[in-house]
Amino acid sequence: MADLIKVGMADYKVGRSPSTLISYGLGSCIGISLYDPQRKIGGLLHIMLPDSTQARSSDNPAKFADTGIPLMINDVVALGASRSRLVAKIAGGAQMFAFSNATDIMRVGTRNAETCKQILRRNGIKVIAEDTGGNYGRTVSIDLNTGSYKVKTIDRGEKNI
Amino acid sequence: MIDEFDLTPNQLDALREIGNIGAGNTATALSQVVNKKIDMNVPKVSLIPIEDVPDLVGGPDAIIVAVFLRVYGKAPGNILFLMPKKNAFFLVDDLMGRPHGTTQELDEMDISALKEVGNILTGSYLNAFFHFTNISMVPSIPSLAMDMAGAILNVVLVQLGQMGDHAMVIETKFLAEDDSINGHFFLVPDPGSLGTLVKAVGVE
Repeated sequence: MADLIKVGMADYKVGRSPSTLISYGLGSCIGISLYDPQRKIGGLLHIMLPDSTQARSSDNPAKFADTGIPLMINDVVALGASRSRLVAKIAGGAQMFAFSNATDIMRVGTRNAETCKQILRRNGIKVIAEDTGGNYGRTVSIDLNTGSYKVKTIDRGEKNI
Repeated sequence: MIDEFDLTPNQLDALREIGNIGAGNTATALSQVVNKKIDMNVPKVSLIPIEDVPDLVGGPDAIIVAVFLRVYGKAPGNILFLMPKKNAFFLVDDLMGRPHGTTQELDEMDISALKEVGNILTGSYLNAFFHFTNISMVPSIPSLAMDMAGAILNVVLVQLGQMGDHAMVIETKFLAEDDSINGHFFLVPDPGSLGTLVKAVGVE
């Protein structure tokens, strides 16, 4: 039986096949998966906010896209993945409540998604699949045996991206 | 500015008392809406790591119905009225005068009714708050979502997440005599609002 490793909010985990990394209940948060298909090594990061420089100090770099992504890249590489083979998939970034006068913070999902892609690009990592936006929550998991990234919702079924 | 996370036991007590009065009013309002006896617990005022907040309502993947209101004024914050899906459906049945178990999904009318309940509860909560603190607060129109608890709580947590790694929540649980209604009422003050509240009740 393959391991199921839970990744909390503002946290990340790395691992290798046959483990599966899972993170439950993402709203505006983003789940970013990294995967080296040859070595079958990967990671899953659950960020809440795009930019650590716009926030008050935090002890937790995994809360932000700009600090969390490089951290996870280093860890999967340390585990034996090849940096040049890494591919990323991202999901999440919803806006859960619709308000006509939505403040910036309520649209944080969109900013999260943009920033994640930017930072991955800057690190030379290709985003090969994406399921972002909407107004519903997602549970995401990456199967480190296949690299398949599963996105589960409550009314919109589940899909592998 | 008072450091939010460095409150004295007296200040915590004061916040709990504010929560208590608000919640008492709210329980009464809820009881009148559904015409049932509603019990509440003593509000919990807790400072918890942000990532643990979804565990308060059954874990990040528990399906809940949430009415969300933004609170404006001198001590801005967010109010969330959360119920497990089953209990929200029972509440809708009560509101619509249907037997329990009738509601299988929420239609426009049901959603509107639940939002109105959120509105009434928030109004009575903030009203009590005002009497105690003399800080007047105005709620936004309510918004409703049914989804995973983690996803719903994201809305308030990202806001707090910008300021620190912990969340201060004032939480009350409601329970109907027949267990049919079981909800959590959360007041999550914005960073900076706690100091205002504590000062308003004059506790050092």
